Order: sequence, then structure tokens, then C-alpha cells
Amino acid sequence: MNLVILILIGIFSYTSFIYGRSRIKKITTSQSIKINALPNYYGYYLALWCALPSLIILLVWSIFEASIIKGLISQTLSQNELNVYTSDQINLIYQKIVSLYNGNFSGTITNEIKQGAEDYKSFLSIAQSSKVVLLLSTAILTITYGIKRISKNNKARHDVEKILTGLLFVCSLVAILTTLGIIFSLLFESIKFFSAINIFDFLFGTSWSPQRAFVRDASAISAEEYADLKNAFGSVPLFAGTAFIALIAMTVAVPIGLFSGIYMAEYASIKVRKFSKPIIEILAGIPTVVYGFFAALTVGPFFREFGEKLGLEVSSESALAAGLVMGVMIIPYVSSLSDDVINAVPQSLRDGSYAVGATKSETIKRVVIPAALPGIVGSILLAVSRAIGETMIVVMAAGLAANLTINPLESTTTITTQIVMLLVGDQEFDSPKTQSAFALGLTLFFATLILNYIALRFVKKYREKYD
Amino acid sequence: MTKEERIKKRYNAEKRFKLYGITSVVLAILFVVFLIHVIFSKGSSAFQKTTINVELNFTLDSLYLDPNPSKDDLENVEYYDLAIESLLKVYQVNGLKEEKALINLFSPDYEYEVRDFLIKNPEFINKKTILKLTASDDIDQLHKGNYPRHLPEDRRRINDFQLMMYDKLVEQNKIDKIFNNYLFQKGDSRNPELAGIGGALVGSFFTIIITLLLSFPIAIFASIYLEEFAPKNRVTDFIEININNLAAVPSIVFGLLGLGILLSTFDLPRSTPLVAGITLALMTLPRIIIPCRASLKAVPPSIREGALAVGASKVQSVMHHVVPLAIPGTLSGTIIGLAQALGETAPLILIGMVAFVVDIPSIPTDPSASLPVQVYLWSEQAERGFVEKTSATIMILLSFLITLNFIAVYLRQKFERKW
Amino acid sequence: MISNNIKIKTQDLNVYYGEKQALFNVNLDIHSKEVTALIGPSGCGKSTFIRCINRMNDVIDICKIDGSIKIDDKEIIDNNVDVVRLRESIGMVFQKPNPFPKSIYDNISYGPSIHGLADNKSDMDKIVENSLKKAALWEEVKDRLDEPGTGLSGGQQQRLCIARAISVNPEVILMDEPCSALDPIATAKIEELIDELKKSYTIVIVTHSMSQAVRVSQRTGFFHLGKIIEVDTTEKIFKNPGNQMTQDYITGRFG
Repeated sequence: MNLVILILIGIFSYTSFIYGRSRIKKITTSQSIKINALPNYYGYYLALWCALPSLIILLVWSIFEASIIKGLISQTLSQNELNVYTSDQINLIYQKIVSLYNGNFSGTITNEIKQGAEDYKSFLSIAQSSKVVLLLSTAILTITYGIKRISKNNKARHDVEKILTGLLFVCSLVAILTTLGIIFSLLFESIKFFSAINIFDFLFGTSWSPQRAFVRDASAISAEEYADLKNAFGSVPLFAGTAFIALIAMTVAVPIGLFSGIYMAEYASIKVRKFSKPIIEILAGIPTVVYGFFAALTVGPFFREFGEKLGLEVSSESALAAGLVMGVMIIPYVSSLSDDVINAVPQSLRDGSYAVGATKSETIKRVVIPAALPGIVGSILLAVSRAIGETMIVVMAAGLAANLTINPLESTTTITTQIVMLLVGDQEFDSPKTQSAFALGLTLFFATLILNYIALRFVKKYREKYD
Repeated sequence: MTKEERIKKRYNAEKRFKLYGITSVVLAILFVVFLIHVIFSKGSSAFQKTTINVELNFTLDSLYLDPNPSKDDLENVEYYDLAIESLLKVYQVNGLKEEKALINLFSPDYEYEVRDFLIKNPEFINKKTILKLTASDDIDQLHKGNYPRHLPEDRRRINDFQLMMYDKLVEQNKIDKIFNNYLFQKGDSRNPELAGIGGALVGSFFTIIITLLLSFPIAIFASIYLEEFAPKNRVTDFIEININNLAAVPSIVFGLLGLGILLSTFDLPRSTPLVAGITLALMTLPRIIIPCRASLKAVPPSIREGALAVGASKVQSVMHHVVPLAIPGTLSGTIIGLAQALGETAPLILIGMVAFVVDIPSIPTDPSASLPVQVYLWSEQAERGFVEKTSATIMILLSFLITLNFIAVYLRQKFERKW
Repeated sequence: MISNNIKIKTQDLNVYYGEKQALFNVNLDIHSKEVTALIGPSGCGKSTFIRCINRMNDVIDICKIDGSIKIDDKEIIDNNVDVVRLRESIGMVFQKPNPFPKSIYDNISYGPSIHGLADNKSDMDKIVENSLKKAALWEEVKDRLDEPGTGLSGGQQQRLCIARAISVNPEVILMDEPCSALDPIATAKIEELIDELKKSYTIVIVTHSMSQAVRVSQRTGFFHLGKIIEVDTTEKIFKNPGNQMTQDYITGRFG
């Protein structure tokens, strides 16, 4: 339906474009006045008047239609005198109603659901027809207004360009809206979570076992229940696990990445560079789920067998396997960033060092790297932020048990793993269990934000020095 | 230490340092080679499937059909008896237990394979033919040499009798390996031999198209605004900082955004390419804006001045000259951004794309999987056959990504200008 | 031949780049259908000045202009002036040739097409041909109009840019050191062209070369540190300047 409407709007706008163009030509020839813009712009002008308001209305309508209909039906359901439903139950019934309407319902059809589906159908058709009427009248109104304006308007190009610039500006606002959306969705659920669980218990508690949180309604928790929950959401083991795996990853990625960056920038011939740089960058292009599969299928079992031979007990999902593979994934981030940074060090510094008889490696170690250090630190910090936000490798290879351990051979868990585990499968939306995932997300969001901020400060400072 | 010794030592240090560099580069390249080798060696066998040749006699009697059946009749008729009878002809068995063992050599869908063949080729009614029916996962793996047949009987699912039958069938040339069309045609299944990535392919396609349609225009418009029109003020600075930050936000956070806003607040349908596409578009947006702005910035100001000097308005100078020149750069940036989105898994898991979906989606609001999510789902399965299926999915995913990146590099090299 | 029609008149023109003032109370008259050369040491404000005449300085955010510039008695330093109209009537040629990376034909036809000067293809062909002829480039490029403009030699590129400027029928042509990136032979051709063009257009040329000013201009203005020191006929400026600073500059004592 929306597609038909869109096509109609398109046809209308095109007709308005043709009409606007021809009309202004007629006006100019009959009254022989010189206009200030090409006839095409009058076409665009009218077409914009036709399309823009209708599109905005259509967009707003589509965004709110579903939730309004849901609200209406939920209202009827909650007014039912026989049964008093909780909001979860109403949601469930609503789902059933929709699937009955769509014809893929399986289960017993109660009268209520049947009635609901009929209501749903009638609401939909009311919405449908009122939408069409509204859009049609808007289009007619705005086109008439546009035509009226055309004959008096001497600045069609100016107006069209102004609208266009406005549109461009609105598009650039999407970035802000996204950030707001992230913060809103994370904060909203997190606040609910922290109203049930003390924020200090969350940040400093050392025991994580959210499966204990069977409580349904987060807002009404008794004192005893809370005493129990207190120890269910201590996220220190997750923070520790995340940091630990990131540390293992960095011990792999920093030396290899840094040395290959240095080699690429200072030693490699153009031919070697041309060949090996893209190959190393393949590592950054491989989806993380592939690394996860690789870690779980090859690296994890390898370590276990190897450990068994040495008489060590190695869990098949270990921090070591996940961290190692993550380190491989991060190599190209470190190497290409430090390659860039080292390349930006001015040749004059190197010349000065060579002139006093230093070897190449001495020049690199004593002059180039100290000069490039802020940039290198910045790129390492960016890599760390990537490591702590990485999800699939740890989900597939690091394990689920929240052990507070520094033994890399045991399984550990991370913030991202727990977010996935808490939100996969059937979820009740208002339980502290689901909400804790958003609280973890909020922590992750701010942690990466701060890391990136510091990293970019380093890089920026460095750029200012040499650019 | 004499001067000579000192210099020698310094040169040794130089050599060592260079060696570290070479070792690192070689190590990194070896990782790539090893990773790809593992995936390809495990996955390439999934492009073939094992079949067992079965002789079928499509008599009207065995199908309970009247003469000259219509297509509807053929679809509704009971194939079970015909299929079972034919299976039992493959090998002489005694007793129900052996019969069951024989039937278990085949995939559970043998009945439908017989039906589909006859519906497609109705001319075979009242005729005999030999069909290649899909073998069960265990036989498939056994035939491909991935099955540990040396284990004692109680530790494997194929019993000794089945092994013996299999060996006899191989002797009689009744077992073949053919191209695995199911891999591309079917949706997900609990049986590895019947599982395919058809649903995931279509799901990924819908997702990436929605991502493209949303992120490309918005990203281009936003970059044009920021690069060409934006006044230097706080709002602009704020937008810029925002974009840089968003580009570094972990992808899983976008999954939380999709879950919290798109699914809960706007009530969009769960597990669908529509929601996946919107979520990934928001994630990809800043990653496209950054290269787009760079390629707009690379157009020299003299081009803008030239246009302005003949009386083009600001908008005209940008739209007629700057943007066309920047298009190749923006396209390659977009393609790389889309390639990243195509391989993204974590946010899709959060918006429910891990649901078990057998049907291939026909519109973007049908529940569906996507290629990377399929990799995740299958990697969690215990059946041996899913390992090769997972690896094959990765091979297909990687080939898409490599193609996309190749196009991006080609665009950049072909149209790159040196100013 | 000295004309007395004043085409452009500036009064108390001050230009600021942020905190820094670039022009101080410039009062200068530019006469119709002749070549006015602006000379002076680097950074003295010559380029800033001519970029005010077609409001190209609007492109720079931090640039602020006050004072008055009148073209044919119409004020142009005014927010209500449509800079697009203004630039249609004032062409500009830049220091470095900047042809669009399009065909020679498209380079010329761009201006006329955005201003709607041609109703059909044959009109446009005529405009392109005339502009190229006026820029003395027609004979060299008539057989390869669809080749990219960036493939021409430096001198040809600059004449292409002149043709592009002429294509929209301007009244004034501003030239910002048009020959500084060219070799002597190409320079000679451009100077010849300028001499020819002054019959139809008012030309303002910024130049570093005093000999060029002598060769092409009828009137010369001398700028120093953002101020106009002296303006008079070229002959007078170079033979008998009224100001000691001008004298020092043209005899090469500084600059």
C-alpha cells in the first residue's frame, strides 16, 4: 500500500514539475518579463511543494501507526471486566491477535482474540483510508498553493536551493538522532534496572549470576528478594574478563602490528608493501563471526589437546583462545594506523639522525618512534576500544561462566557475551535480567566513548605537531 | 670495546630489528593463509552431497492414482508407500530393525524428493527410473571421509550393519556424489544434509538493500552539507564529533538500539531484514560519511571557484561539479561500509535474527536469517555435517566480501584523479 | 585611448579576514572598456580587491567587507545583491588555469546552460564557437571539442578559462595573475588576447610583472600593505609617478 502511495506521489510530483515548467514559460512569453531563474527551477519548485509535505506526513504516519493501533487494542483489552491482565499478558494477546489477522496463528482461538482481530482489521482499514484522504488533500492543497506562488515568485531557484540545503542539513542531523537514540534506549532501561538494583552493587559486586533473577516485576522487589538479587548482578567478573581478554589480544596485536607497521613504513620496498599491505588488511575485513568459528573450531581444541599433553587442564572455551584470535583480528588496526603515523614523521628528522651516523634501526628507535609516540599510543587505544567492544569471538570462544580468574586457560566471560546471552531467546522485557543487559551496554558505550576520546586527543595533538 | 666491535654490534642490532619486522609481516600473512586454508579445506566438501541410487517404479497402483492424474492429484497423493518400497529394494533386509537401519541411510525427506521429481516430470508415470536420493548426514560424512568409522560401535551413530550396507552399496556403485543444490535452495533445517543458506542469502540480500537505500543517500547528503554548506559553528562541530564517535561505537550497542527503539518503541516486526537493515544503516552511516567527506574534500577549490566565477550558485557549483567528481570516491567508501555491514552479526542477534527459520523470506518483513547469523547458528550445532556447512557459508560470505572490496578498489583506481 | 566612463567605483572599501584587516579605505575608479592593471608586492591586497568585485570573497567564511563598490552606479556590497547575477556579468580568470574535468565543449557551455542563454543545441554551438574564437582558441581546438579540457597545454587551458568567462557575456573580466603559471610564449598570446578583448570588455588585471602592466594596460593602480597608493594612467605611473613609494617599487628598490 505504502509503495502505491509512494509511486502516486512520484507521479504527482513529476506532473507538477512538467506543469510548473510549462506554466512559467507561458507567463514569461505572454507578459514578456524576464525571470530570475531557469524554467526548470519552477518545475522543481512545484514538485517540491507537491512531494515534500506528503512525504513528511507519510513518514510520521508510518512511524506511529503500529503503536497507535496497538494502544487502541490494548485499551479495549484492559477494559475487559472478566480478566485483569498485566501489561505482559496484554502484549502476548496482542501478538496473538496480529498473527491471527495475518493468518499464521496456531493455537486455540478465544473469543477475545477473534474480537481483537476484527477490531485490528477495522482499525487498519480506517487508518488506511484516512491516510489516503489526508495525503490526497494535502497534496492538492500544497500544489494549489505552489501554483499560486509561482506567478508571483521571482526567486524559484533561491527557494529550491534553500529547501535542498535544508534537506541536506536534516540528513546530517541523523547522526545526532542516532546518538540520542542510543543514549535514550540504554538509559531508559538502565534507570529501571538501577531502581531495582543498587548501582554500587552492580559496579562493585563480584558475583554475576543473572539466572537467579527470576523476579518478574523489577519495580516491586521485597527486601528478601533484593538480598538475593544483590549478588546476582555484580559485574566485576565481566569487567575483569573483558579487560583480561583485551589484554591477551593486545599482547598479540601490539608487537606484531607495531613491528609490521614499522617494517612497512621504513624498510619494505614499494613492491613488498603493495603486496603485503592489502593481505594484512584482509584480516580487518573478515567478519568477526568467522574468527569466532575459527577460534571455537580450531584454536580452542588445539590448546586443549596441547594442554592435555602437558598435563594441564584447559577448558575448550578459554580466554587464551578468544584473546589470541582477537589479537590476530586487531593486528591490521595497529599496523596500518602506526604505518600512517610513522609516515607522517618528517624526513628532516630522519636526515638529522642519519647525518650523525645513526643506523636505520637506531634512527627508528631513538628518533622516529619517540616522535610518533602519541600517534602510536592513540592507535593502540583505538585498538583496545575495538577489543572490548568485540562480540562474536568471545561469544563463540570465551565461554559463559563468570569466573573471576587470571588463569588464561579457564573460561571467562565478557560484557558483550553477557549482553548477547541475556537477550537471546525468550525475554520478558521488564525483568531485571533483560534490563541488566542495557546497563551493561551503557557501561560499554561509555567505556569505548572515553577510550576513543582519549585516543583521538592523542592523534589530534600528534597531527597538529607535524601537519 | 673497540670501535670495530661496537660497529659490528650495532649492525647486528640493525639486522635483528629488521628481522623482527619481517617476522611480524610474515606472521600476519601466515595467519591470513592459515585461516583461509582451514575454512576452505573444511568447507569445500559441502558443495557436494552424497546420494543413493534408488530404482523407482511409478505405477498408478502404488500411487493410488486414477489414470491421467492432474497436477493437483500428483501433489496431494500419498508417496510414502512407493518411496519406502523403493528404498527397501536397495538392499535385502530382514526384520523391522534392519529395515529401519536401511531407511536411516536416507535423509528424512526422501518422500518429498520422490514427489517433487514426479511433479516436475509427470511423463514418468507408469515408468521406471533411477533416482539419486539424498543420503543422511552420517552417510554423507562417511562418504566424504569425515566420519570416525574406526570408533567402537557404541560410540558412533552408524551401527555396524549400516556400515556393512554402505560398503556393499559403494561396491555396487549405488552411491554418488553430486552438486549440492540444497545448499543454495533450502532454508535452515535441523538435518545438516537438508540445511541450506537459501533463506540466509535472501535475508542478507534484503538487509543489505535496505541498508544501502537508507544509508547511502543520507550519508551523501550529510557529507555534502558538512563539507560544502555547513557554517563553522557549534552545531556543526557537535555533528562532527557525533559522527566520529558513532563510527567507533561497538556494533552490539547498535543492536541494543534496534531492540530498544525499533522493536520495543516502534513495534517493528522481530527477526526481519527490515529491522536488520535499519539497524545496520544507522551503524554504517558514520562509516560511509567519513570517506565521503574525504573524497569531497579532495576536489580542489579551484573547481568550485571556476563554477562560481561564471555565475553558478553555490548549490549549482556543488551539484554540477564537486559531487560528480567525488562520486567514485563516495561509491567506494559506501561499498566498503556495506561490506562491513554484510558481515555484521552481533546486532542482528539482538534483534532476534537467531530465530530458526525454515522458509525462505519473500518480503523484507518476513522473519529470516542472514549469512553471518547462519554461520553463528550452525557453529553451535553438534552434528558433524554442520561444520562443513558453516565453513561453506563462510566461503560464500567471504567471496561476496572480496567481490565488494574488489569493486571498491577498482572504482578508486579507475576514477581516482591526481589534482 | 583613455575613456572617461567609470564602470566600477569603489569607496572606502575595507576588508577583514577575521581579526586581520586586508584592505584599508580603498578608493578606486575603473574605467569602461580599458585594461586596468593592479600592481604591488605580494600580499598587498590586489587579489583581495578584485575578488571583492565579483564577491568571490563570500566563499571565505571569515571574510568581512564594508564600504561600497558600485558597478554602473549600482551598489554590490549589499546582502540583497544576487551574487549569481553579479558573477554572470563579471567574469573571472584565475592564477592557475582551472578547467573543469569535462570536455572542452562542456567547459564553455556550462555557464550559458545554467543561465539559460541558449534555447537549443545550435544556439549553444554558436556560443561555444564565438567564445572560443574570441579567446583565440577556436582554430586550435575546433576538431576536438569533445576532448577533456584538462588535456590542453597550460596556455591553452588558460585561454579556455577566458573563453569560459566570455561565454556568459560579461561586461567586466577580472584576471588574477593569469599568466603567472605560463611560459613566455603562452603569456604573449594571452596578452595579445587581452588587447583584443578590451574593445568589448572592461578588464581588471592583477599582475606581478611590471612589464606586463606596461604592455597591456591603460591605467595602473599601485597597492601597498592593503592601501591604494597611487592610480593613474599607465604611462604616468611608469614614467612620472607622483608618489615616492611607487617610484621605489617600479624601479625595483623593494617588492
